[in-house]
Amino acid sequence: MTVLQVRNLHKSFGGVRAVADVSFSVAAGELLALIGPNGAGKTTCFNLVNGQLAPDSGSIDLQGKNLVGKPPREIYRNGVGRTFQLTATFGSMSVRENLQVALLSHARKLGSVVSSLEQQTHAEADNLLQQIGMQAQAERPCAELAYGDLKRVELAMALASQPRLLLMDEPTAGMAAAERTELMQLAADLARNSRIAVLFTEHDMEVVFRHADRVLVLCEGALIAQGTPAEVRASALVRQVYLGDADLEPGHA
Amino acid sequence: MSFSSVLIQFLNGLASASSLFLVAAGLSLIFGVTRVVNFAHGSLYMLGMYFAVWLSERVGFWTAVPLAAAVVGFLGLLIELGLLRRIYKAPELLQLLATFALLLIIKDAALWAWGAEDLLGPRAPGLAAAVEISGGAFPQYDLLLIVLGPLVLVFLHLLLTQTRWGLLVRAATEDREMAGALGVNQRWLFSSVFALGALLAGLGGALQIPREPANLNVDLTVISDAFVIVVVGGLGSIPGAFLAALLIAQVKAFCIGLGFSKATLVVEFIVMAAVLVIRPRGLLGREATIPRGPGAEEPPLRPLSPLLLRALAALLAALVLLPLASDGYVLVLLTDVLIFALFAASLHFILGPARLHSFGHAAYFGLGAYAAGILYLQAKLPMELALALAPLAAGLGALVFGWFCVRLSGVYCAMLTLAFAQIAWSAAFQWDGLTGGSNGLVGVWPAAWLASKTMYFYLSLLACALAIALLWRAVHSPFGYALRAGRDSPLRAEALGIDVRATQWAAFSIAGLAAGIAGALYAFSKGSISPEAMGIPRSVDGLVMVMLGGIHTLTGSVWGAALFTWLQDAAARNVDYWRAAIGVSILVIVILLPRGLATLVQKRA
Amino acid sequence: MLELQRLNAGYGRAHVLFDLDLQLRPGEVVALLGRNGAGKTTALKTAIGLLPSISGDILFNGKRITRLESFEIARLGLGYVAEDRRIFTDLSVMENLAVGRLPARSGAPRWTAEKLFELFPNLGRMRERRGGSMSGGEQQMLAIARSLMGNPSAILLDEPFEGLAPIIVTGVAATIRELKREGLSVLLCEQNLRYARLVAERACIIEKGRLCYTGTMAALDADPALRARYLSV
Repeated sequence: MTVLQVRNLHKSFGGVRAVADVSFSVAAGELLALIGPNGAGKTTCFNLVNGQLAPDSGSIDLQGKNLVGKPPREIYRNGVGRTFQLTATFGSMSVRENLQVALLSHARKLGSVVSSLEQQTHAEADNLLQQIGMQAQAERPCAELAYGDLKRVELAMALASQPRLLLMDEPTAGMAAAERTELMQLAADLARNSRIAVLFTEHDMEVVFRHADRVLVLCEGALIAQGTPAEVRASALVRQVYLGDADLEPGHA
Repeated sequence: MSFSSVLIQFLNGLASASSLFLVAAGLSLIFGVTRVVNFAHGSLYMLGMYFAVWLSERVGFWTAVPLAAAVVGFLGLLIELGLLRRIYKAPELLQLLATFALLLIIKDAALWAWGAEDLLGPRAPGLAAAVEISGGAFPQYDLLLIVLGPLVLVFLHLLLTQTRWGLLVRAATEDREMAGALGVNQRWLFSSVFALGALLAGLGGALQIPREPANLNVDLTVISDAFVIVVVGGLGSIPGAFLAALLIAQVKAFCIGLGFSKATLVVEFIVMAAVLVIRPRGLLGREATIPRGPGAEEPPLRPLSPLLLRALAALLAALVLLPLASDGYVLVLLTDVLIFALFAASLHFILGPARLHSFGHAAYFGLGAYAAGILYLQAKLPMELALALAPLAAGLGALVFGWFCVRLSGVYCAMLTLAFAQIAWSAAFQWDGLTGGSNGLVGVWPAAWLASKTMYFYLSLLACALAIALLWRAVHSPFGYALRAGRDSPLRAEALGIDVRATQWAAFSIAGLAAGIAGALYAFSKGSISPEAMGIPRSVDGLVMVMLGGIHTLTGSVWGAALFTWLQDAAARNVDYWRAAIGVSILVIVILLPRGLATLVQKRA
Repeated sequence: MLELQRLNAGYGRAHVLFDLDLQLRPGEVVALLGRNGAGKTTALKTAIGLLPSISGDILFNGKRITRLESFEIARLGLGYVAEDRRIFTDLSVMENLAVGRLPARSGAPRWTAEKLFELFPNLGRMRERRGGSMSGGEQQMLAIARSLMGNPSAILLDEPFEGLAPIIVTGVAATIRELKREGLSVLLCEQNLRYARLVAERACIIEKGRLCYTGTMAALDADPALRARYLSV
């Protein structure tokens, strides 16, 4: 089942074309990786989908709903969760409170001025904590957490709204190899179990080839290849513009 | 209106724009490199005026002007070396407070040196006459000013683009830490930029003396004008500052020229509002770059400990019983303490959980006070009703001003809040018919059953305790969490569907409403209202109260308000230069505890 | 050349480096390896004076630089290229280079913009381009070139390959080897052993702010147990 359908996306900055005629789709439970050299338009493409940029033309449909031109918080309301390249959590709050804010926002209960954080979100938050294996750290302020743990909290916050699409911008940047695999495995398991479509950008080819179901390759704003990891790796064109001749056997770092 | 008078007003506007531009350009330059907004920049302008008048009598006008500018520039150098250099690593709010302390000190120093009377400057020899321009008379001297503004603009442009110094200034403006790691001596760069900015402000002031007498109020007028110009022109853009100075000065000139001098403030506000609605970053402003360096980290908010809760309950009980044992004076002082505790708590509500730096919170205090007085005296409403409705006026004011303020963050928000408060103050000061002008309103007395000091104390206790408790509740409610979420990480908050601006806007309005309650109570406790109730110094009093108690707890601002009000009561009667004394105390605190008073508490814990 | 002695450092409340000892000898390329959060970036930032040290000493060419400000350290001939490059985005390529210009010291190579354009032909073709409109790889080249304008005798590179396409990595690695031939000492942080291997002859591994291995790259390669323990590869 297709969750996200992007058609003929165009975006230019001051006459310089950043994304040209890009079309793709992501299905429920599928992990789609967006790769390409720096300046290829990955980030632009990604920001068009999450609403930080508006496309010049083209359509972005989430299960039949048009997302074009909507601000990030409305895109969220339509069922899109996301994580950031530099983790973004609420540092002054505990891990559980971070998740409670996410849950309350989803339930549209953040407007109350007199009530307290409700007991029911307490239980729901603990359920999420369990899914990411962080029950023991529930009371710790996010500002004190290790980087890898922050990434997991972020993932849980993105999943609190039971999104249909999860966007991850360079999810493993700044992590050691073992942590990368662990985090991506967690994200992949959670997404596949809940039938969430995942779109992510990534520099680490090991991560891409190990975890993605399909890969899109962008170059100079245009989609030059797409397919399974094996197909993309075998493509002569992709090797020429991006992968080069570096040794890319997975598991051989 | 004839063509000639339009032309004359236009030229008038051009002439006024030059001085404003000099101040705003200096402010922009200094902020760009040092990331410090110099609240005392208007004071440097004021010093330029005083020095120029004083020197003119000794060395003649044409020597006095550059000399005064040089003296102010040198003074700026000393200020940078002696003060600013110590606070570059301090939190933003403390930096703002420190330069504000400087403003208070300079004002009292000028009062001591030159007295409270306005000082008339000389005419410019050789340019004292008027020229005829299409039938109207126009001062020759003003023609010189018209030429000077663009000349300074070109000079600054060349300085920044054609010299190595300018290159380093531009590099440091973008990333001063990296510039340092590349071998750029920042100490020298910061000092020279500050001295140049001060010199420009001093020159602006000195050039103004043939048109306007040197006076002690000009510092706040000029700094709030400069803030409006910087915000309208686009942050950090010097050509933008020039355009904005032209725009604002033209608006003012035409309002005065057309005989609507009372409307100047309103029109200025509308122009600023229009620019910010159409171009939120100002005329030539660009996307604000996030300054480099470690981000401010907020400590977690903890619930009240049972011990503190018991202490508060005991205090409340003591306050309830107090009138049995105490005389009138203590009750009056404690009523003041209660009112200012609410004022400080309402300021804390936006300062802490929302990190909206307001330097104009007294505007809402004053709006509440004036609304109470006007409803009672002019609309002849019963006192109880006037007291109940007045805070709504303050809340409404906060709703309007807040819409703009939450669109800017950090120092820009501070600038805008100060500019708005100055506009509100000027309106109260000038609108004789409604506000009684500089004399204010008198005869604002409570109803008979509340007239005794004891009853009024109980009323204040009830209202303030209730309002503070509600504010405290709100900080710990889901709304409070949404507010802190937007502060900790706006990106994440938006990605979770939280409308950060709307949340901040609501908080700003709630804080304005609460400050309005304090203001209305204040009006009826004193029986009179004067423009000082909403002056900038009152806003800063609020900030000092919050800082004293620690920015991280709402209850802290209550203790801070108590301490400050008691100190003020004790000291204001014995110390001649009370404002300067406050200024010196702020500086001592900021320099000795650059990380804030909260560090003391942390060390103890 | 550069020596950290029992260095303790961190930022804010976080104590990151614990009694770290590290040496960079003249003319060698050393890779500082370790997991994310191990303290690699903190070590470099403390050395260049962007972070204050808590205790311990830093010596550069025998001179104690522990308490100096970063501009003073840079003027002694220590170059620094930040993790995220930190190009001045409003300034052109030529202007970026000009900011980094410092007088040459005896014994250090004397770099000029023209000489740098021979090393980085790409940059020579975009002299008036604004830093902000350059790609990641071009910015990395410019960041290295900019720090060379200070005529350093040693240079600190923080994750020079992070975020670069594999094909660009090869180019940056060639440049670093070229700099070594010019006599420059290089200390670089890297998480990726495969990339470190392209340029470094010696490796230091830090773990939780402490030095836990130092030896030749070849020795590290020959010891899979060590790699598994500290680098989890």
